[in-house]
Amino acid sequence: MRKAAFGWAVLLVVVVVTSVTATAYYLEPSTADRVIVSTTTSLYDTGLLDAIEATFEAKNPIDLNFISVGTGIAIQHARRGDADLILVHSPRDELGFLKDGTGLNRKIIAYNFFAIVGPEDDPAKIRSMLPAEALTKIVETGRNGTETLWVSRGDNSGTHSKETSLWTAAGFDSATLTQEGWFASAGSGMGETLKKADYFGAYTLADMGTYMKYVKDDLISSVTLVGQAEDLLNVYSAVVVNQTLHPRVNFDGALSFVKFLVSDEGQQMIEQFGRATYGQSLFHPAVGLLKTNADPPLAQMIRDYAFFNSTECPPEYRRGYPELYD
Amino acid sequence: MVNEIIEGFLTAVHLISTGDPTVVEISVRAVLVSGSAVLLSMLWGLPVAMLLGLKRFPCRFIVKGFFTAMLGMPTVTLGLLLYLFFSNAGPVGPLRLLYTPTAMIIGQAILVTPITVSFVASAIESVDPEIADLAKTLGASEIQASIAVLRESSRGVLLALTTSFNRAIAELGVVLMVGGNIAHSTRVLTTTIALETNKGEIALAIALAIILLVIVSTLTLTVSLIQRHKMSRPAELEKMRT
Repeated sequence: MRKAAFGWAVLLVVVVVTSVTATAYYLEPSTADRVIVSTTTSLYDTGLLDAIEATFEAKNPIDLNFISVGTGIAIQHARRGDADLILVHSPRDELGFLKDGTGLNRKIIAYNFFAIVGPEDDPAKIRSMLPAEALTKIVETGRNGTETLWVSRGDNSGTHSKETSLWTAAGFDSATLTQEGWFASAGSGMGETLKKADYFGAYTLADMGTYMKYVKDDLISSVTLVGQAEDLLNVYSAVVVNQTLHPRVNFDGALSFVKFLVSDEGQQMIEQFGRATYGQSLFHPAVGLLKTNADPPLAQMIRDYAFFNSTECPPEYRRGYPELYD
Repeated sequence: MVNEIIEGFLTAVHLISTGDPTVVEISVRAVLVSGSAVLLSMLWGLPVAMLLGLKRFPCRFIVKGFFTAMLGMPTVTLGLLLYLFFSNAGPVGPLRLLYTPTAMIIGQAILVTPITVSFVASAIESVDPEIADLAKTLGASEIQASIAVLRESSRGVLLALTTSFNRAIAELGVVLMVGGNIAHSTRVLTTTIALETNKGEIALAIALAIILLVIVSTLTLTVSLIQRHKMSRPAELEKMRT
C-alpha cells in the first residue's frame, strides 16, 4: 500500500515534468540562427523594424528577435552579453560603449529631427525660436507659474540624453530642474510622455517618428513649436556586441542584419516607411547622404554631431567586414 | 473613454470571431506558459505545503510567514532578479534561457509558489486533525494518511490552482523582463497590451485586455461550478469519510 502511494506520487511528478518540458519545447522558437536586437523604442514601436524584419528574414536564414527598450537599457543588455546588436540614438553613450570594448563596427543608419512640442496656445511663446532660447523661455514661464510646463522622459533613453544636453546647452542643469514644481519627470516611454505632456498642457522633447504617429491617431493635440534646428538632430546607429568579450554572441548574424540595414534595399525601406500613412518619411536614410555628400550642410551636421574623430567608427573599434566602411 | 472601451470591445469581438492568427497565437502562448508554470509550482509547492500543514517543527511559523509575505512579491522585483539570474553574465547564463518561453515558465512558477504553499497549507490545517488519525488507525501509512488529508482539502488545492493561474497569466513584470516581449517567441497577452498601449493602439490593447478577462473569468467560473457540483453530493463525501 505504501508502495502504491509512492508510485502515484512518482507518476504525478513524471507527468508534470513531461508536460511542462513538452510545452516549453513546443513554445521554443525556431532553431534558425537567432539574433537578439535590443532597440530604441522609436524604431520598433513605429513599426519600422517589423516591416524590415519580414523582408530580411525572407532572404536570410536568421531569426531576428527585437527587444524594444530605451537606449540606456539597450546598452546595459549589450554590456551583459544579452543582446547581439543594439540600435540606438545617443552618440555620446555609443562612444562610451565602443571605448569600454563591448561595442564594435558602429554604423550610422538613419536620422531625423527631434522637436519641442507643446500646446497650441503656446503659453511660453516659444514658437519658431531656437532650442536654447525656447528652453530658457520655458524655464522663466515655469518659475513664474504654478502649472506643470515641461514633461521630461526621465528614463535614461536616447531622447532623455538629448534633452539633458539641450538643457546644458541652454545653461541649465537638468538634475536641478527636476526639483522644481513645473518640471515633471515622467519616467516613461515616448508615447506615454507625449500623452502626459498633452494632458498637462505642457511642453516636451519628442522624436518625430512617435510624435507623428500619435498625432495621426488622434491621441494628442500637441503641436510642433521648435523643430529642424541643428541642435535637434537625431541620429540612429547600429553597434554590434564584441564576441571576444561575450563568446556566445551571434556576431556574424548581427553583422548580416547591419549590412542589410545599410544596403540600398534597407535604406530604401527606411526612406519609404510611413510615407503612405503619414505623407512623409518618419526616418531618413543616412548612408548615401554621408557617402555621396548630396546635401553638404546636412551631411556636415551629422558628422559634427555623431562622428568620433571624423569617422562613424574609429578603426580600432572595427573587426572584419571592411566593406562596411568603403 | 467610453468610446474607446466600446471600440475595444468591438475590436475584441471582431478579433475573436475572425480567429485573428496573432491574437490566437499570443493567447495560446499565454495559457500554455501560465498553465505550465502552475503545474511546475505544484511540483515543489505541494510537498512544502503538506509539510507545513501536517508537521509541527521549530521555526515553522517563520517558514510559513515567509511564504505569506512572498504572496505580495512585486512582479517587477522578481523579474529583475530573474533577469540577472538568467542573463549571460549571470549564474545560469550558459544555459541560454534568457528571452525564451522556458524562462517565462520558470519565472511564473516561482512567482506563484507562495500562493500554492500558503493556500494549500491553510486548507490542510483547517481539515479536522482526526481524519489523519482515523486513517492511521485504519492501517494507513503516513503518506496515505497525508493523501487522505490532502483529498479533504481539495477545495484549497483548487483555489490555489485557479489563483495561481490567474496571477500568472495576468502578471507583466516577470514575462517582460525574462521574456523580452519578442514577436512570435515570448509575446503574451499582458506584454502585448503594454506594447500596444505604448504604440497608441488603444482599441487593440483594450480588446486584448477583454480577452484576458474572459480567459480568467471562464476558468474561475468553471472551477466554481465543479466545486458546487461536488459539494452538492454530501452523501458521497460521507461515504468517503467512513
